[in-house]
Amino acid sequence: MCTNPGLADMFPGMEAGQAAETVSSVSGERLKEGLRRPWVIAVLVIVAIFLALVVSHGLHAVAQTGLNGLSLGAIYALGAVGLTLVYGILKLVNFAQGDFLTFGAYMAYLVNVTWGLPLVIAIFWAMIATALLGLLLERVLWAPMRAKHAGFLQLILMSIGLAFLLRAVVQWFWSTDIRILDVDTSSTVNFLGLHIGRTQLVVVIIGVIVIAAIGVMLRFTPLGKRMRALSDDLELAETAGIDTRRIISYTWIFAGALAGLAGVLAAATTNLYPELGFELLLPIFAAVILGGIGDAFGALAAGLVIGVMTEWSTLVIDARWKTAVGFLVLIIVLIFRPQGIFGKAKAV
Amino acid sequence: MTLLAVSLDAITNINFWISVGVIAGTYAVVALGLQLNTGFTGIVNFGQAAFMAIGAYTMAILVLKAGFSFWLSLPCAVLVTMLFGVVIGLPSLRLRADYFAIVTIALAEVVRLFAQNARGLTGGNEGLFCATDDPSNCYTNAWRDLSDHINNFVSNFWGDPDSLFPLLLVIWATVGISIFLLRRLQRTPWGRVLRAIREDEDAALALGKHTLVYKLQSLAISACLGAIAGFFLALNLATVHPLDFEPLVTFFAYSVLILGGLGSYRGVAVGAALFWFVLEGTRFIDLPDPPFTETRIAALRLAITGLLLIGLMAFRPQGLFGKREEMVLGE
Repeated sequence: MCTNPGLADMFPGMEAGQAAETVSSVSGERLKEGLRRPWVIAVLVIVAIFLALVVSHGLHAVAQTGLNGLSLGAIYALGAVGLTLVYGILKLVNFAQGDFLTFGAYMAYLVNVTWGLPLVIAIFWAMIATALLGLLLERVLWAPMRAKHAGFLQLILMSIGLAFLLRAVVQWFWSTDIRILDVDTSSTVNFLGLHIGRTQLVVVIIGVIVIAAIGVMLRFTPLGKRMRALSDDLELAETAGIDTRRIISYTWIFAGALAGLAGVLAAATTNLYPELGFELLLPIFAAVILGGIGDAFGALAAGLVIGVMTEWSTLVIDARWKTAVGFLVLIIVLIFRPQGIFGKAKAV
Repeated sequence: MTLLAVSLDAITNINFWISVGVIAGTYAVVALGLQLNTGFTGIVNFGQAAFMAIGAYTMAILVLKAGFSFWLSLPCAVLVTMLFGVVIGLPSLRLRADYFAIVTIALAEVVRLFAQNARGLTGGNEGLFCATDDPSNCYTNAWRDLSDHINNFVSNFWGDPDSLFPLLLVIWATVGISIFLLRRLQRTPWGRVLRAIREDEDAALALGKHTLVYKLQSLAISACLGAIAGFFLALNLATVHPLDFEPLVTFFAYSVLILGGLGSYRGVAVGAALFWFVLEGTRFIDLPDPPFTETRIAALRLAITGLLLIGLMAFRPQGLFGKREEMVLGE
């Protein structure tokens, strides 16, 4: 597996160094080689956890919590893919990403509850509004800051200020009251003996479809390839003649729309309050780092993994502790493998 | 109808300003640690709230559950917090600055979750406070005795001082002493190594300095200051509660730090006073209830903080007293 597909697609020659590193000449070495790849180990660990849980708690409980985990993981994955691209391309650790989710959720609330329109329209409006917000902020905030050659601390603190501002706007218009979208949260669907809330099922289905679509888009479309190329090496991509300014704008639109969607999905499965997005931010960071910063595919996979792990943890420990799972994954990955499970060792 | 009536009552209410001064001083202590870390060592510590939490909780647990005296619990809690700082710093300080920032905020949240959920030890969401049925065993008692002594003395000059006045004195004395000591430290060879690490860690390494050890020491001192701020918070509120140690606390302390200016200890004290004067000052502007409800005024304060951070970063990254070249770290 090529760990660095963005540039490799565009400049096949670039791959040479890497290919030498990954192709093992002796076929007997292959298993050993595979075991050295962290994502293979990660898959093995997940399978081992799965089997251990099936043995101790039964397939039904594992599948049921796994299904819940997929709906949570879809939210993480959708929040993480935009964050990782922005992080990779602009070297911006965007602490306001969580509040993008909140913003999207309340935009959906406006359409779905205040105006009484169907949820589908609310979802589209939330995605459009959050995408426009991302684009607006790129124009008025981030592009001028890049022109000033702002340092990493400057950008990180600015994004925290932005997070405060977005939360303040939400709190001003919708107060801190807990609100719910107009969705059916009570009825459940029986599927292979598993109970799943109708809304939750919809979330899983939307999540999986959108994640697959993002994967295809990033892998095969010129825009997706360019985004990944920028994320790999902005200057090299610029030298290769990519209009980086345009691709950066598209990346913000992309990140905003997906964050908006993730926010609506989070609000549909739970409820709305101004801290909704901020509370999702750290697990989303965990997905970004587990997947390797700048690696969009990694973020999607890691988001799902962290979601499932979080729900599986409730089989073993009290559900009160489950939020800690994402944090622990984050801490362990950063300490032992900061480049993520798909990434290659660089300076960290 | 007057839209912006300023109520004179609040402005002249000295007790109100004493309570603001207590909060400002507490944040000044927190931000001094951040100044040492971020401003002088180049390590972006987003987990300062965890140090406050561990300091406050250790103190309260030692007094309430282990029967320690209040004065003995303080150095013990400081040591525990510094030890925690070293233990988390050992693996995480090797990371790049942005990773370190994220890992410290995650650690702080784990600490807070622990405080929220380990009910037997920490009281969970009720927090740790003094039992009303057994007021003899309480961490605020020893402090209250001292506080009364101070106020007895003060009443010779000033009729009836506010009950928080002694805390205000102690906190700002701590701020003053800390600034004095930190400034002295900064001029020692040790302080110069820290700055070298901030400017270019590889160069410091090449000069034979064990940079990790220096960074650990910087983090441990910051943990000590965090623990002390945690004590002040516990004494001020007479309770230790998980919600007082949210990441927001660290971010507010960063706002104080940035306002004062990176690379200036005295700037931190001024920044803290100014920041809380402005935030709390919104209270004495009488805003009509609709549309200005309680939550909207809270939102307004959050918006002011956000705009302050954005504005400073965009137009004056060196803050009020910092030097511009101090802010370029990370480039």
